[in-house]
Amino acid sequence: MTSMLADPRPRLFPDPVVNTPPVYLDNQSTTPVDPRVLEAMLPYFAEHFGNPHSTSHAYGRVAAEAIERARAEIAALIHADPREIAFTSGATEANNLAIKGAAHFARAHPRNGRMRDHIVALQTEHKCVLESCVQLEREGFAVTYLPVEPNGLVSLAALEGALSERTLLVSVMAAHNEIGVIQPLAEIGALCRSRDVLFHTDAAQAFGKIPLDVEAMKIDLLSISGHKIYGPKGVGALYIRRRPRVRLLPLIDGGGQERGLRSGTLPTPLCVGLGRAAAIAGDEMMEEGERIRRLRDGL
Amino acid sequence: MRWRKVQEESYLDWNATAPLRPEAASAIADAMDRWGNPSSVHRRGRAARQTIERAREAVAALLNDADPNGVVFVSGGTEANHLALLGTGRERVLVSAVEHDSVRSAIAGAEIIPVGPDGLVILGELDRLLAADLHPALVSVMYANNETGVLQPMADIAAIARRHGALVHCDAVQAAGKLALDARVIGADLVTLSAHKIGGPPGVGALVMMGDMELAPLLRGGGQEKRRRAGTENLPGIAGFAAAAAASEVAAYDQVRTLRDGLEAEIAAIAPEAIVIGAAAPRLPNTSAIAMPGVAAETQVIALDLDGVMVSAGAACSSGKVGPSHVLAAMRVDPEIASSTIRVSLGWSTSEAEIAHFLRAWTALYRRSRGIAEGARAA
Repeated sequence: MTSMLADPRPRLFPDPVVNTPPVYLDNQSTTPVDPRVLEAMLPYFAEHFGNPHSTSHAYGRVAAEAIERARAEIAALIHADPREIAFTSGATEANNLAIKGAAHFARAHPRNGRMRDHIVALQTEHKCVLESCVQLEREGFAVTYLPVEPNGLVSLAALEGALSERTLLVSVMAAHNEIGVIQPLAEIGALCRSRDVLFHTDAAQAFGKIPLDVEAMKIDLLSISGHKIYGPKGVGALYIRRRPRVRLLPLIDGGGQERGLRSGTLPTPLCVGLGRAAAIAGDEMMEEGERIRRLRDGL
Repeated sequence: MRWRKVQEESYLDWNATAPLRPEAASAIADAMDRWGNPSSVHRRGRAARQTIERAREAVAALLNDADPNGVVFVSGGTEANHLALLGTGRERVLVSAVEHDSVRSAIAGAEIIPVGPDGLVILGELDRLLAADLHPALVSVMYANNETGVLQPMADIAAIARRHGALVHCDAVQAAGKLALDARVIGADLVTLSAHKIGGPPGVGALVMMGDMELAPLLRGGGQEKRRRAGTENLPGIAGFAAAAAASEVAAYDQVRTLRDGLEAEIAAIAPEAIVIGAAAPRLPNTSAIAMPGVAAETQVIALDLDGVMVSAGAACSSGKVGPSHVLAAMRVDPEIASSTIRVSLGWSTSEAEIAHFLRAWTALYRRSRGIAEGARAA
């Protein structure tokens, strides 16, 4: 945990606040918006306010182009293709969409007569992953909640033992929001791929903080949050692998945005902010990780 | 030396999205200053929580005196519509034939309530559909249509629904801020609102519940929004939404109506064969769905865009998806007419100059399409 004595809050209006900023230790819960991120976002709140889906006119196209640039910035950070990134309202929605969307698709489309109705998640997953699993249990799916080792890591042997012919998805948080451990993602990915099981990772805490490579780690679905990496609240993303193609049923349907996976007008300034935050995080990841490690070791 | 003329721009696509109100911009900036996670317990968190609770009041005020406790903040109108239709868990869901795609797609087996050629729900049909099946139902009808501006008789619809014990959901995304709304007059149990249509930021909306009811969450996880909607609250978005709601001036739409009616009168004078869709029904003061027979809507939109006039060929939604409008089809508009209909939508800052700009561009296109020489006087 780190204290943020310097107040990096962007000042949009020169209203002098004279009180001393409180020491802010809850850095995992949320982070302030980086002034550079805010600077990138502001034009899309104000002069470039067009609906990014109204591409038949100039204002809409300006917004649409900004969103596509942001999508590419996010994809680059995890070695993905921009077309594999779907914007959501945050990591909670991304996790709900990944887990419920994969489960609902698997149930609707049994493969080679193979019934797939089983999910494996760690007991230490974020509440939104666990609650999504509980909801699926109510719908008739089976869920194994795998305990972790005393060090917080998943046992690969235990994970392998939990997989069955009916397992459709494994969900393992990349880095933990309370204890900060990093799971052996590449090993989990290799295991899942060899067993034809989807691998979802909630990377809300890890994205932009530790190197993630969806190819090397064989990740199929990866949830991204904006406001944990000095980006804005109200936006997140889900990486959805194209090859081999991962299919989901949408949670929120309608206008058909985000390739039909997530309908609703995209919030251009928030998407731009997430993209910029990702790009900055990529540049500074090594530096920042070193700084936080030093602070933690000193605490 | 090359000269590039700075092009005049007229934005007439307000039903797709409205520009951010200055009040909303200030509120967003202020909220970004207090960046505490609203669900974390510490000093900044408490300030953020207060901002959210005050925002509920401002948003509830859009529906006159709706209960602020019934306001559930979500990511936008599409999510709110899903939460209403899926969260109530009713066995039967009936939606009007002219609903937004986010309502039409929310429930696979939803039954369709037909509309007449005027775009209005056929009340007798609603009554008949509800009487035919006694399973608990939810009726979802929009207050104002996004493509035509046609206003539904919500009070009558709600009265019929209530007689049959059905819940009522009203998508008021296009009506809010443009008309004085009153939750009690609407008579709905659930109302959908969107921030960016009223000058708030995109990425935030609300489902407003009248009275206590069970609502199963769509997004599960943390206990935010009284367990009705998980996810870290989009505090700047919510604050911006509230500021836009508070700044909404329904009275400004008297002037908008005058401009819109003037525009339609001009069109009728220039092109007697042009058609205003839904003109026979009560409509929003800002919306015109105008057909220029014989010229494809896409052609019109592109030509107008080249002249700096921004309108749309229907709902915005997924880029590049150009299909026949289900709204116009439900009104039994001739397909030829439907495919030549554009939507012109005005807002609080639309000027006479912008309307004149539109009319110049529209008239030029019309004359080209009719082979009338440039500069020739209209007969």
